[in-house]
Amino acid sequence: MEIYEGKSIFKGIAIGKIFYYQKGAQQVKREKVEDTAAEKARYEAASAKASEQLQALYEKAVKEVGEANAAVFEVHMMMLEDDDYVSSIVNMIETQNVNAEFAVATTGDNFAEMFSQMDDEYFKARAADVKDITERLISVLGEQETTGDIGDEPVIIVADDLAPSETVQMDKEKLLAFVTRHGSANSHTAILARTMNIPALIGVDIQEEWNGHMAVVDGRSGKLYIDPEEEILTKLKDDRKKEQEARELLSLLKGKEDVTADGKHIKLYANIAGVGDVANVLANDAAGIGLFRSEFLYLEAEDYPDEETQFLAYKRVAETMAGKKVVVRTLDIGADKQVDYFHLDKEENPAMGYRAIRICLDRPEIFRTQLRALIRASAYGEIAIMYPMIISVEEVREIKKIVLSVKKELDERGIPYGNFEQGIMIETPAAVMMSEELAAEVDFFSIGTNDLTQYTLAMDRQNMKLDTMYDPHHPAILKMIKMTIDNGHKGGCWVGICGELGADTTLTETFVKMGIDELSVSPSFVLPVRKIIRETTVK
Amino acid sequence: MKSFNYVITDEVGIHARPAGLLVKEAKKYESAVTIVKGDRKADARKLMMLMSLGVKCGEEITVEVEGADEDAAAAGMEKFFEETL
Repeated sequence: MEIYEGKSIFKGIAIGKIFYYQKGAQQVKREKVEDTAAEKARYEAASAKASEQLQALYEKAVKEVGEANAAVFEVHMMMLEDDDYVSSIVNMIETQNVNAEFAVATTGDNFAEMFSQMDDEYFKARAADVKDITERLISVLGEQETTGDIGDEPVIIVADDLAPSETVQMDKEKLLAFVTRHGSANSHTAILARTMNIPALIGVDIQEEWNGHMAVVDGRSGKLYIDPEEEILTKLKDDRKKEQEARELLSLLKGKEDVTADGKHIKLYANIAGVGDVANVLANDAAGIGLFRSEFLYLEAEDYPDEETQFLAYKRVAETMAGKKVVVRTLDIGADKQVDYFHLDKEENPAMGYRAIRICLDRPEIFRTQLRALIRASAYGEIAIMYPMIISVEEVREIKKIVLSVKKELDERGIPYGNFEQGIMIETPAAVMMSEELAAEVDFFSIGTNDLTQYTLAMDRQNMKLDTMYDPHHPAILKMIKMTIDNGHKGGCWVGICGELGADTTLTETFVKMGIDELSVSPSFVLPVRKIIRETTVK
Repeated sequence: MKSFNYVITDEVGIHARPAGLLVKEAKKYESAVTIVKGDRKADARKLMMLMSLGVKCGEEITVEVEGADEDAAAAGMEKFFEETL
């Protein structure tokens, strides 16, 4: 196995045989011509024919890569007719008595040289365009056709350089990747590779003897593997498969509804840990945010974040999501998430200690600041507020009392707010057992399967020794989820899952059949889960 | 002769495609259209010379128009620059 590196133009993986592409040998000889008028006519005929070819290529490219990318051939046609280019060729034929091929080649070299001496990378790359039209003219004069023939099986094209016209002529079905020695990231060939989603490397020290060898182009790392070892081949094949699946999912499922084969709608939301993740939520087409971990505001800060800072963050997310639901979980700190300025004591058993809503109810000034920010943000979008680590009805009633007093305070100050839902995380066995009573108090439940699993199984999820025994599919967990859904529905709540289990596609069908209303998963899991939902039948 | 100054706002500058359009536009008029950048000049009807000026985003050029239809040509060119470059 040999490994080479180049500059990557398109980050994809291609695996296949190498086809060493050589341009038709265009050795131009200088010849003396007596009848310069006939030679000039020969050039003019060739130019007209080249122009026709470019017109045909332009039309092919418009269909395949769109008008903007096809414009290169329109520019080529204009270059072909450029006054200076034409008069230089004609002048050489007439005054130096040379053959048309030689006049064209020399003129082409001069103009290409002019561009390659420019400072700007973009204009420098235009030398390739001049060479492309010049070679086309020479081919026509020599009555050679540039066919772009690359054989019958899909191949990785290895070439010194590729002109855009060659790239477009090649059969796209058989084109796995390009590897070239020359060319720039700004060249039209590079742009075409990106548009056609073809992995491409430039600046590789290519060798003719590679022809026919197996190779892998890894556009992510810019590496080219010749005769790859089995291990690497297997890994890259696997990566390529995942990449293809992801791309297919995207094109197939973006914009599609989250609805089962028999018509039940599921709310498929995404989990985020900060304002910066919102773009990812939209890119993956989630219908809302099912878990906005507000801790990040506290973890990133040096001191308690004030109301205004929090308000702006919540408002920004609500506005960006433009009317889609944004479920914000109030501060869930303690246990494995520590913040210096809270000055929390070191605990023997922090997972079961002073954390989350327990801190908020004990230190209401912190809680009220966050609630004020959240409730104010509800005027700008579909905010819902979710409370973590609930174990009793009394806690919920106390929270609701605080919420009422915050609203009253805002009313008195004349600060607007909208309607917002309130819900709780179901992540303690106690909350599951009390779910019937709790459902009467709130609008929704969201099951936090990570904590629920560790508390139900009495197993520390951060203890590596327990990894093999820690079973999130334990029937006890599934029974708890079922119980939560049933009791939630009885009390008029919608019920979702925002823990890791929500993204476990082997359980998606089970949850949907149990009657789950919402699943909130990491943005990258939205489309894989959507796929399963759409294949599932409830009845 | 008429002339006007223009600052290029297109992010790549007078690159291949707009240069091609510029040539087409200039050819509509009888008047000679010249693009001046610093101490260099290019005939706006000549694509390669025009591109060889290497005009980039943010650079100021002067467009000179001279000939029988110079009023219409200057107005047409100015409109073209504003819309395209």
